[in-house]
Amino acid sequence: MTTFLQSVLNGFAQGSIYALLALGYVMIYKATHVISFAQPALMVCGGLFAYHATSVFELPFWPALIVAIIAGALLGMLVERLALRPMVGKPVFTLAIITIGVDIVLRIFANRYMGPDPRSVPYPGGSNRLEFWGLSISHQRLGLIVVTAVTVAALAMFFRYAKTGLAMRATALNQETALAQGIRVGTMFALAWAIAGGLAAIAGTFVAATGAGMEQNTWIIALKALPAIIIGGLDSIPGAVIGGLAVGLVESITAVYQPDVAPWLGNNFALVAPYALMFLVLLVKPYGLFGTKEVERV
Amino acid sequence: MLTVKNLEVVYNDVILVLRGVSLSVPEGQIVALLGANGAGKTTLLRALSGLLDIHDGEITKGEVRLRDQPIHTFDAPKIVAAGLGQVLEGRRVFSEFTVEENLRVGGHTRRGGLAEGIEEVYELFPVLKERRKNTAGYLSGGEQQMLAMGRALVAQPEILLLDEPSLGLAPRIVAQIKDIIVQINERGTTVLLVEQNATMALSIAQHGYVMEHGKVVMDKPAAELLDDEDIRDFYLGRGDLATSYRDIKHYKRRKRWLS
Repeated sequence: MTTFLQSVLNGFAQGSIYALLALGYVMIYKATHVISFAQPALMVCGGLFAYHATSVFELPFWPALIVAIIAGALLGMLVERLALRPMVGKPVFTLAIITIGVDIVLRIFANRYMGPDPRSVPYPGGSNRLEFWGLSISHQRLGLIVVTAVTVAALAMFFRYAKTGLAMRATALNQETALAQGIRVGTMFALAWAIAGGLAAIAGTFVAATGAGMEQNTWIIALKALPAIIIGGLDSIPGAVIGGLAVGLVESITAVYQPDVAPWLGNNFALVAPYALMFLVLLVKPYGLFGTKEVERV
Repeated sequence: MLTVKNLEVVYNDVILVLRGVSLSVPEGQIVALLGANGAGKTTLLRALSGLLDIHDGEITKGEVRLRDQPIHTFDAPKIVAAGLGQVLEGRRVFSEFTVEENLRVGGHTRRGGLAEGIEEVYELFPVLKERRKNTAGYLSGGEQQMLAMGRALVAQPEILLLDEPSLGLAPRIVAQIKDIIVQINERGTTVLLVEQNATMALSIAQHGYVMEHGKVVMDKPAAELLDDEDIRDFYLGRGDLATSYRDIKHYKRRKRWLS
């Protein structure tokens, strides 16, 4: 039982990263109907912003996180402004391909900066662990879960109560009607990208703080957010969170039990498990668990 | 006071839709704009409210002035802020939002006083207050029309453009909408009413314009339009000429002069 709970806890922590990234995808998809493949690069850049803030500016972890969020948000806005705004009205497929280009360009800059060594962000308290009920969790992972929960709650409040949040939702529903209410649609797009960039920066900072640090191939983590949004539904904010956590849980539980229960599946099956889950969800609910039923081609 | 002078609108760089439309909407009045399908009524409204852009349309000539301020170069949010509100054809409420959220979006350009603005709308439409927590998409057609009008009113427009508010509504609801338009006008909002339902529009308007093929072909006080024999034939459907299909040739010939 303890083993199981421990794997659930680890899954939650890893799932929080996926949930943050998945929220970024959903944010952009809802506003512009484009799946942004630039999220991995935004995550890597966010992590590096935090690294730069801690190592060069010598800021402590939390201020560095804030710096990374702001820089990530600005980067997101810059991408929207330079690469996507000129293409407004073009087919979404074209836009999706452009985001792949953006991803590659940003990652080249990031790789130049990183070089071959892993870059990690020091977390206050180092590798202290919290022990309870026979379970144990590192402080970084606990911080990650708390920050994710706070961020998700803040976003939910923002979309429910803030004037701008409501305007963003309205824009996502119908651009012409939103325009007729006096909403600046372009600004809403930029804001969606800014939020996605900020969320990716939080994820990136914690990736750099918890794991082996940010390396040239760490961006692959962000691809796990794709099954997460497909499980949750492309346009659902709660879906992104639940999908992200589900992917994290499935991954960690499979990692613990699969070698004993189903060794014939081979090594490292945990890496494939999220995609297997996605496959199952797609068979039963093609629009994801919380997605709007609508024919959308990406 | 809204004045439109010699407005020309082109879609996709080639399709000339408005061919020099001029009209004026004096302050405090209700002005009706009539015309058959494809006459360019909705295009004219889009030109006024800055929504041409997203339909690949462009104003190529002429000007629009609101209180002597030229607004045809403004984008949509700026026009709304300048005091011109539009209720789009087909209501277009945000169907996944609640009634109250719809109204809050309507007040997007408002600086402060949002709660009072919404309260005023509830006074005008008590049924919306009852349904404030309901999802807008599940309201009846008439309620959705009221919501769309209320949403535009939260922004406190000086002039309100209504695009076919009677579209697809039962006669009794149309009568109700008509009373509400009069009420809105009495509260000090100037109204430009675009309608297919000419009887309804002319019964409450002071002045009427008739559009055909992108031009204003008639421009008279509403009472005179109601009495006009041709208008009765072509728009009110109660003339003596068009009652029999045998006279259809004659009908067509007579209609030609209008355009």
